[in-house]
Amino acid sequence: MIRLSSLTKRFGEQTVLDGIDLSIEEGERVVVIGPSGTGKSTLLRCINFLDRPDHGSIKIGDLTVTAERANRRGILALRRRTAFVFQNYSLFANRTVRENITEGLIVVRGWPASKARERADEILRDIGLSDRAEAYPSALSGGQQQRVGIGRAMALDADLMLFDEPTSALDPEWVGEVLDLMRRVAETRQTMLIVTHEMQFAREIADRIVFMDAGHIVEMGSPAAIFDDPKDRRTKNFLRRVS
Amino acid sequence: MRALDYEYMLGLVPILLGYVPLTLMMAGIAMACALVLSSLLAIERVIKVPVLDRFVVLFISFFRGTPLLVQLFLFYYGLPQVFAFLTQIDGVTAAIMGLTLHFSAYMSESIRAAIVGIDRSQWEASEAIGMTRLQMMRRIILPQATRVAAPTLVNYLIDMIKSTSLAFTLGVTEMMGATQKEAAGSFLYFEAFLVVAVLYWIIVEVLSFFQKRLETYLNRAYAR
Repeated sequence: MIRLSSLTKRFGEQTVLDGIDLSIEEGERVVVIGPSGTGKSTLLRCINFLDRPDHGSIKIGDLTVTAERANRRGILALRRRTAFVFQNYSLFANRTVRENITEGLIVVRGWPASKARERADEILRDIGLSDRAEAYPSALSGGQQQRVGIGRAMALDADLMLFDEPTSALDPEWVGEVLDLMRRVAETRQTMLIVTHEMQFAREIADRIVFMDAGHIVEMGSPAAIFDDPKDRRTKNFLRRVS
Repeated sequence: MRALDYEYMLGLVPILLGYVPLTLMMAGIAMACALVLSSLLAIERVIKVPVLDRFVVLFISFFRGTPLLVQLFLFYYGLPQVFAFLTQIDGVTAAIMGLTLHFSAYMSESIRAAIVGIDRSQWEASEAIGMTRLQMMRRIILPQATRVAAPTLVNYLIDMIKSTSLAFTLGVTEMMGATQKEAAGSFLYFEAFLVVAVLYWIIVEVLSFFQKRLETYLNRAYAR
């Protein structure tokens, strides 16, 4: 069980997240949609303190971190229960594909190298990149890099996997393979919180859609409820624009 | 203009070559120590540990702001007068200490610049995966910063090798000191110093050859 309580983030004068409350069940797949600049990415980045929230708390299982009182240890614990997939992949540039996957296991989890390597090779088979294990990220296509980014997140076996617009930086030809991989992750009942502009994909895999606007959660519900029968004017306007 | 005494020059070469190991040893040890110290200084400058940061800034300012020769004299002739236990320090040790501290100040600035220049995505990915700041530095940031800083660091190594010649002013008979003695005996100053100049030059050229290989190696992750 994951619970965000009155999560608030300001950048200077601007309030980007205005008291977000959201609970996510174990195994639930939640997709956040909404206009650009409404705090969707900031929400994800506040959950693992890549951006430090100004107020509110984050609860993952038995771990609760409160914004005002968060210390380094609490933040580290939070990060170790989450995995993050970046819009721009953010693979470790000085590490090979396999090392990108083993890095977290060895350094953060303290796994022996041989065990981490075995796990990495399993994941490489899963993401279809066994033949590129020794390659460096700079030698991969965007789609391949993002698959490694997802593989790196999968290896961590996190309580919550966060996806920050994972296909937005990709050339159109690579979007399909990344969405396919995300579908397969979703099938494992991994708890996922996804920010995306891929509406068709959202409808397919989401248990719940959250519509955000101007730092607020405006409306949420099943894909059918949000896409076919939106209640709020802002949701309707947004869906009309993107469809 | 008189003709050069080539025979004398050729005869000098094996004598001076005998002092090359000492020169390389001083530069090698000083460089190894300076790499460690300057990395620590650079990391501190990036993380900015309260209070400690003031001292690091002062340290860098002093060792960049005063001549190496003055620092060497301060260590070798000056400090033992204040701290009795330092009277045991020989010229070689003093030279290595001076070179280490002096060059650490410079190198820390280029390492700091390299660290700060590492793409934000690398910091965020390390944070997101749950690394401590130390792990992040050691595994992700410093290896990438090394590649960026390598050309300047090799430059400092070259400068350091040449600067070992100052150890001669502390009474160390290294390449420069040996040349000075030879020249004083033969009065063939031009020949003697020309030979030692060429020797330094050759050492630096050999180093430049390895610099290219080092850079190719460090660039392996970035070649398409």
